[in-house]
Amino acid sequence: MSARRSAIHFTVNGERRAVQAPPMKRLLDVLREDLRLTGTKEGCGEGECGSCSVRMNGELVNSCLVPALQAEGAEIQTVEGLALDGRLHPLQQAFLERGGAQCGVCTPGMLMAAAQLLDHNAHPTLPEIREALAGNLCRCTGFIRIFESVVAAAAAKMDERASEAVLEQAHNAR
Amino acid sequence: MRGSAEAHELVAPGSLDAVLELLALEPGQWTPIAGGTELMVAFSAGRLNAPKLVSLWGIPDLRFIETTVESVAIGAGATFLDLRADTVLAAELPLLARASSWIGSIANQSRATIGGNLVNASPAADSSPALLAYDAEIELVSVRGRRRIAYREFHTGYKQNAMAADELMYAVHVPRRFARHRQYLRKVGTRRAMAVAKVALGATALLERGVVREMRLGAASLTPFPTRLYRTEAALVDQPVTRETVRAAREALLGEVRPIDDIRSTVEYRRRVAANLLEEFLLELRQERAQS
Amino acid sequence: MSSNATTRIVGAPVPRKEGINKLLGRAQYVDDIERDGMWHGAAVRSAIPRGTIRSITYDPRIDWSELAVVTAADVPGENCIQLKVADQPCLADGKVNHCEEPIVLLAHPDKHKLGQAVAAVRIEYDPLPPVFTIEESERQDRIVWGENNLLESFLLEKGDVDAAWAEARQIVEGEYRTGAQEHLYIENNGMIAEYSAENGVTAWGSLQCPYYVFKALRGVFGLPEEKVRVVQTETGGAFGGKEDYPSILACHAALLAMKCGHPVKMVYDRMEDLAVTTKRHPSRVRHRTALNGEGKLLAMEIDLATDGGAYATLSSTVLSRATLHAAGPYACPNVRVRARSWATNHVPYGAFRGFGAPQAIFAMERHMDEVAAAIGLDPVELRRRNFLHQGDTNASEQLMREPVILDRLLDRALAESDYHAKRARFSRENPARTVKRGMGIAAFYHGSGFTGSGEVYLNSLAGVDVTPAGQVRVLVSNTEFGQGTNTILTQIAAEALGVDYSDVAMAAPDTAMVPNSGPTVASRTSMVVGRLVERASLQLVAMLREHAGLGAGYTRDEFLAACERQRAAHGEVRSLCRYEAPPGISWDDENYHGEAYGAYAWAVYVAQVAVDMVTYSAEVEEFWAVQEVGRVLNPVLAAGQIEGGVAQGIGYALYEKVVVENGRMANNQMTNYIMPTAEDVPPIHVYFEEIPFHHGGFGAKGIGELPHDGPAPAIVNAIRDATGIGFRAIPLLPEDLFARLASQESVEEPAAL
Repeated sequence: MSARRSAIHFTVNGERRAVQAPPMKRLLDVLREDLRLTGTKEGCGEGECGSCSVRMNGELVNSCLVPALQAEGAEIQTVEGLALDGRLHPLQQAFLERGGAQCGVCTPGMLMAAAQLLDHNAHPTLPEIREALAGNLCRCTGFIRIFESVVAAAAAKMDERASEAVLEQAHNAR
Repeated sequence: MRGSAEAHELVAPGSLDAVLELLALEPGQWTPIAGGTELMVAFSAGRLNAPKLVSLWGIPDLRFIETTVESVAIGAGATFLDLRADTVLAAELPLLARASSWIGSIANQSRATIGGNLVNASPAADSSPALLAYDAEIELVSVRGRRRIAYREFHTGYKQNAMAADELMYAVHVPRRFARHRQYLRKVGTRRAMAVAKVALGATALLERGVVREMRLGAASLTPFPTRLYRTEAALVDQPVTRETVRAAREALLGEVRPIDDIRSTVEYRRRVAANLLEEFLLELRQERAQS
Repeated sequence: MSSNATTRIVGAPVPRKEGINKLLGRAQYVDDIERDGMWHGAAVRSAIPRGTIRSITYDPRIDWSELAVVTAADVPGENCIQLKVADQPCLADGKVNHCEEPIVLLAHPDKHKLGQAVAAVRIEYDPLPPVFTIEESERQDRIVWGENNLLESFLLEKGDVDAAWAEARQIVEGEYRTGAQEHLYIENNGMIAEYSAENGVTAWGSLQCPYYVFKALRGVFGLPEEKVRVVQTETGGAFGGKEDYPSILACHAALLAMKCGHPVKMVYDRMEDLAVTTKRHPSRVRHRTALNGEGKLLAMEIDLATDGGAYATLSSTVLSRATLHAAGPYACPNVRVRARSWATNHVPYGAFRGFGAPQAIFAMERHMDEVAAAIGLDPVELRRRNFLHQGDTNASEQLMREPVILDRLLDRALAESDYHAKRARFSRENPARTVKRGMGIAAFYHGSGFTGSGEVYLNSLAGVDVTPAGQVRVLVSNTEFGQGTNTILTQIAAEALGVDYSDVAMAAPDTAMVPNSGPTVASRTSMVVGRLVERASLQLVAMLREHAGLGAGYTRDEFLAACERQRAAHGEVRSLCRYEAPPGISWDDENYHGEAYGAYAWAVYVAQVAVDMVTYSAEVEEFWAVQEVGRVLNPVLAAGQIEGGVAQGIGYALYEKVVVENGRMANNQMTNYIMPTAEDVPPIHVYFEEIPFHHGGFGAKGIGELPHDGPAPAIVNAIRDATGIGFRAIPLLPEDLFARLASQESVEEPAAL
């Protein structure tokens, strides 16, 4: 039997989008094929490798396991939405400087998992980082430099916040 | 990607009542899908034998954790991240919180629901040993009404359960009476994370002056479906934890577990490790007694 | 050669050249690329390990007019994948020799329609009895390849082994086995191909060696050089797994493209990639070792066998590297290595990081611990007494001309890991504990570049040019797949040319644009290709000085101005260099004797393990990797290479098992093929000692493969230290540990009470 296509609406990286797709089409395929957002990768199609990780309504999900219909009305963030106004996200900067990315295929999912962690835990411990990234398989790095990158990004985010706080104070003082 | 999206219908009625009506209208025709962490894997592999699916994702009536004086009610649509975030579970029912942290990865825990985990009825289900050890109850719902059964009677065979074709799992009720119990849960997987259990054992025990008064043992990957180990429990109840008791308990366990050889492990390994896990728990009981 | 001079860019942790694109999600991998009118392809594969094809029928319920169908009959050139031996058909013709062997190819505009069509091709077989083990193959009572099942054999002899046994104080024997291992690059194999009568074949894909694919396409299509073009797309990990296999996939996609007249994309899903592509060769290695009374090696006799699978592919070269690494970094006067690769009806095994060395070194370094135990000597001391030093000869009687600092590496590894104190503490604590700890060590070397005269035959050509837009480009066919080729080669060029790192880019890895600088394999890129880029860059500067008025101490702008004067006079600004062997190199391919490698990287690795006697599982708690790889070109990338290789080595030792049932991979899913996750990898401490190698790019030797060689023996030696049991096979899973550790206890009896 052939299922009808549904109009599915959601917000991707801050933009409202609508696609016509079979409701069981994987969110991963909708992102890659319908929206041509190919930063999100498929590594296994079974929720095991995390290469297709995106954020949906503030949660980290494997987009290969989300039927499009369940993304109706959702807010979705992909790797393409991580850098703002042409400025690298602190995680992207840290991965670049510290060797957190090698072949780059696990990287988009890894960045999303790490961003999810840092948004909930500004100063994660090493065991917390390991747990947060355990669903994102990397075959190149042995993870060591990824952990370092996350720690560095956390520190940089703190610096950023501190400098924002300083700026705010300066602003208020004026 | 071997499945074809066009070969499956998926609807999202949006409310519990609407889903129940659909199930009542065509009993057995619709497969409920919550977070998709099991069914979408089958779909990608081209193994999903479910032409019509009904989405439970985002139905507020199913996603809750409520605490009363006697028990914690966990909506079948609660995700394992919901369970991990709940403070009562963390404090009083730590085995369930710990088991929740073992489900796949964060990206799986954000989507996988407790109802899905139990209805899927894998022999290796991560939440089962804890729920068996805590003597949980399952609440089922249909247009005909609601009913409760003990979780230990929920699974009736390999990938079979006590649900009728028009029923949905509504909630899991976990009694809050284990604060004084000694508790144990260990999963032996293929690696530290993202692992399927090769053996898992959950246990709660109540001791009085060194004698076992209550013992509940929940096992995964040792039988065709998650089960209590009643004969092993019987070998322990009303016994002091002595070397002889441990020997008898190991023997009882080996007599009642029925693991299989599969791609992940072997019968002999699973049997011996299950006995070792039991012994590890009993040893803890003895040491705690020695310390108290 | 400027290796001792101060450098500006070489040796600095400059960021990965293509890093930004990867971090922004903009890098274009093959599956990210669409071409107009593109169709999708799939293969119908053998369901049996060996037999003849009786019939192929097409279910009439499918509208076959919508599909392109290709069989062996459609191959315009030779139905064979050109590699080393012409034995592997591009598409099976009449018979199959392994499960998953491709027989029919299908293409359709809608990739979701392909699955049904594949299922609708019915193939009937007359099965023949298969061969699945080295032992079955070497019995030769069932011949499945050639005249005798023997894909390749080598005999290496030094001194007089037979005479040495009589002088021996002790003789120690042992047999060691290693299993297959999957690369598990996160990006599966994929290829897009186009065909037209006018332009011939173009293939874009995930691959290591553009010119290997080029050669294979030329053979299958019978086309001249100018009608074949291969372009590497961003490649998501390879580890050897995209050395030879992409040739097959490119030929398949191109045959379909020719048949349907559209571009065709073939991208494997994970299950197909795991089931059909190459893996590391399983091995069996037997050692017989004679020692004198002082713990010095007198003789080593090594019998090495690998399972090569159904076709020759790269089994001979993998065996060659195994042969040359089999005797380890030790000075021994009498050595015989007899190595054979046997055909079976398994999916062909292929290249994987280390290329035979990890198998041979696992056996050697495990055996050293067994020897130490047998003669009552500390394993560290046994190694120290037998290490190669400068001026010694190794097993192939190659003179160690360069400094050898194994003692220094060993001392540092022992100190950093606190090896002796920890061993002592663990042996005190273990008896009372259910978690038993141990320390293990492995010492090894890894030859950089192609074996023997291989680099001379490759005759690599590489260079640099400057475009009219002022872009300096590195011209090589060597590819980036995560290991850092782009970064280190542009570092080298920028350094030698005296311009900034940001001034230099890589030319597209496209056979229509870059010369053949050889394959990206064998730890050769830094040393061999890096040196070519360095020479070509220095040659360009000399050319500009001589002919274009470039002065001393020039600025970037002066350099570019000189380039424009050069272009005005000569039409282009381009400098290429061809490989030249270091002086005094001689290699005897017949007798496996002489200068096997241009240089060796050296290492001593230490593992600390914990074995849980409740679950019989072993975990690596901490790992120390100390090595000498010549000059370190980029410290961040280099450490990343070591850490990643160690993690793969940990997987090889303790987690990764290819379960094969009737010739078919049974655990071809990521859920069931277990690689270490972020929670399984221990802290890995990486240390480099640097001794610049004068014939490598700015002093570099090879680095990529080295870290896969040492972890497995170090870990299993540590398990021996923890448990007293010398396990002899990997992968060593809890079920295997259980079989030995639990065998003494009665199953009902309490173990610990």
